[in-house]
Amino acid sequence: MDLATLLPFVVNVIAGGLVLGFVYAIIALGYTMVYGVLQLINFAHSEVFVTGAVVGFEVFRVLAPSPLNGYLKLIIALLAAMLVSGLLNVLIERLAYRPLRNAPKLVPLITAIGVSLILQDVLRIIEGFQGRFDLTYTLPAGFSGKFCGEGSSCEALGNVLRTVGIDLQLKDVILIVVSLLSLAVLNYLVNRTRLGKAIRAVAQDRVTAGLMGIDANRMISATFLIGGALGGISGVLFGMKFGTVNAYSGFDPGIIAFTAAVLGGIGSIPGAVLGGLVLGVIQNLIGVTNIFGGLLGIANLEAIDASYQRIGAFLVLVLILIFKPTGLLGKSNVEKV
Amino acid sequence: MTAVNPAAPRRALPVPDRTFLLVLLFLLTSALLLVSHNPDGLERLGGLGDTLRNPIVEAVIVSLFLANVLFAYLWRAAPWAKALVGLGSLLLVLPWAGQQDTSLLDLSIQIMIFAALALGLNIVVGLAGLLDLGYVAFFAVGAYVWGIFASPRFAEILRYYGENPGGTNAATLAFGLFLTAVTAASMVYIRRRGARTAPTRASTWSFGLASFGLVAGILLVGRALLVLNASRAAGLANGIDPNFFWLFLALSVFAAAVVGVLIGLPVLRLKGDYLAIITLGLGEVIRVLANNLDLYSAGSQGITPIRSASVPWFDRAAGALGFQPDQYYLLFLYVLVLVLVALILLVNVRLDRSRIGRAWIAIRDDEIAAQAMGVPLVQTKLIAFATGASFAGVMGMVFAAKQTFVSPESFNIFQSIGVLSMVILGGMGSFPGVILGATVVTLLNLRILPGLGEATANVPWIPQQVNPGQLQRLVFGIILVAIMLLRPEGLLPNRRRVLELHHDDNQEDDSAHGVGPALTAGGGDVFSPGLAPQHEEDRAGGTKGETR
Repeated sequence: MDLATLLPFVVNVIAGGLVLGFVYAIIALGYTMVYGVLQLINFAHSEVFVTGAVVGFEVFRVLAPSPLNGYLKLIIALLAAMLVSGLLNVLIERLAYRPLRNAPKLVPLITAIGVSLILQDVLRIIEGFQGRFDLTYTLPAGFSGKFCGEGSSCEALGNVLRTVGIDLQLKDVILIVVSLLSLAVLNYLVNRTRLGKAIRAVAQDRVTAGLMGIDANRMISATFLIGGALGGISGVLFGMKFGTVNAYSGFDPGIIAFTAAVLGGIGSIPGAVLGGLVLGVIQNLIGVTNIFGGLLGIANLEAIDASYQRIGAFLVLVLILIFKPTGLLGKSNVEKV
Repeated sequence: MTAVNPAAPRRALPVPDRTFLLVLLFLLTSALLLVSHNPDGLERLGGLGDTLRNPIVEAVIVSLFLANVLFAYLWRAAPWAKALVGLGSLLLVLPWAGQQDTSLLDLSIQIMIFAALALGLNIVVGLAGLLDLGYVAFFAVGAYVWGIFASPRFAEILRYYGENPGGTNAATLAFGLFLTAVTAASMVYIRRRGARTAPTRASTWSFGLASFGLVAGILLVGRALLVLNASRAAGLANGIDPNFFWLFLALSVFAAAVVGVLIGLPVLRLKGDYLAIITLGLGEVIRVLANNLDLYSAGSQGITPIRSASVPWFDRAAGALGFQPDQYYLLFLYVLVLVLVALILLVNVRLDRSRIGRAWIAIRDDEIAAQAMGVPLVQTKLIAFATGASFAGVMGMVFAAKQTFVSPESFNIFQSIGVLSMVILGGMGSFPGVILGATVVTLLNLRILPGLGEATANVPWIPQQVNPGQLQRLVFGIILVAIMLLRPEGLLPNRRRVLELHHDDNQEDDSAHGVGPALTAGGGDVFSPGLAPQHEEDRAGGTKGETR
């Protein structure tokens, strides 16, 4: 096995990992936003994100026969998912977390787990009424094709990328673009607007922010709305990336995204993105160790198969929490949203 | 909006004596239970018999019967009546009814297994305040320890090592033993020296190296033992002698406690939510390992058949009482879990009142204050983890013997959350409450929901998707949320806990909170899991030598 053939392969794995990483990054942002203001791991976020995926699936399914442009369909799906997930998240906060603001920390954590279980079954029942369990995304034609494939106007660019070893599908590129766009919007919202300023103030010190005339409860609701909307986006992206979603499929990506948030330094927006990207690459690398093992003739590596990917994420989590609990980008006084 | 009542002050009003009522209820429900689980009797009753055989009615009868024991605990009655109802129900009526219908014995064993699990988790969550979402991992350890040795699995492992001995021989065994002894001795030596002075980099590294050597030594010894004994595989085709059950009962406690310490050591420096997620992760790791280490755990197919202990005199006694030979092992396990639960309860009560129990509660209430008062944090938390784990380990073993089958599916996070909901439903920190929670949730899970599901399966206007038989997640979720919102102290609260949770309702002074209510903790310094681990050892009265 020489370097010339191995290199494009490695580049491809890393590129694939980055694409995956963007999905995790957007989910991780949902965790990090909520953690930033409430110091609460919103266990229900994985179900909020699955709800987004389900909404996206329904939109794509309903719009499939219509002659609309594929990108328009995607935008509609994204908006619908953002709306539903955002409102759901606000509702969850209102019903399950707000009444417990003054309770010991363990208490809202337990309701979060409860809400997560309830949502799983509710989703299963709702989709079950139509006789569905595993939802298979039917993407608009062309989305699954190669990015800048033969005959397209940007064929040259595609060829250059493929020579380097990056072999992307159109949906992967869309995924990256949507992620970057939502990151930019989020960044603007949190750092440049009055709302963002108020949210940051509440995250820093709820009581003092209240004294300055900021309604903490409204700002927390706003945070949940934004976090939920991000969850909706990531749900649609997840559905596009993996093709199938079911009511219980939020657990794995939820855990990985949470790990990403911790890895980057929980409460820090750039940290969540960095953590997501790193974990995406790590996961893809673990996923292909058996191929590497086969290529390099190491029999033991072949035994490490995809089911260990999850363990990989947990090991990263354990190591990070032991050796650098503040995460990669976290400062010693934990950065808030 | 929270709709919580202020903790009602304990009234000194005389409670009516309900001895007569209790005994009457006991007799009535016992008769119902016995009749409804006697096939011959049901035949003779005709139409009424059919009603009694209905799964919902059956579930209600069982619940009512078990409620007796609860009433015996709760009501004010003459001691003889309480003893009669408690012992009579558990030792006489249940086995008697179970003789006709073994599913009842099975259910009772299951309830008690979960009661013990919940008591164990209660120590970790309720007393020490550490949210552990991977608790079922320890249950799995116990189940697999017995499962591997008491089934054909063990012979297959030996056969595998016989075919792949590598360079292993008697010399390897000797070397392994030597390595284990030397590294263990050097670890003790380093600890001794380190106890007097602060750990240096050199001591930390040499300790790490020695522990690595210890693990390697133990692995070598284990492998050498397996290879050297490979020739005996044929004789162990059905697993080891069932009389080793008693030895393994101790071993499973030990193994689960060791795993508890191993998992606890790296993670116990974390706080609340971080601890929750990491224990959840490590629990999943154990499940994934069980799923993938095909040689040892038979992968996703699971291990079967697993044998139970053979106790000839007990079997003879059971036979004399009219039990069938195929029911002996269930009856034996029933009595065993009854004894084990009683023991565990005793240990719990004793621990709760001991120095350690008070240290746990101190840590739960305010870690920093507790540490300042000289409670060694990591050590105390590790004891909580190991104690909870050991209860789960022993019950895992009983579970494996009862099911005669273990597979990774029995140990997913959903099970952990199920046990957590038992603790929460009953009331964190309250032993009777936790047992009640385990009973209610297990009954819901195994009898009431499936019963309702069966009854509604053919009702046309109830679609299959909302069949109650499949709504476990929804029900658990609602239990968790509703209890936390409406009655955070649980059904049978611990009195201390009530005062704490309803603290804001009836007291102005909140100095007991240490840092005030969570609202003012917005800065999150104290609770911030990201920060705490760094400072932990710097605090006064902390653990100097133990936290390596």
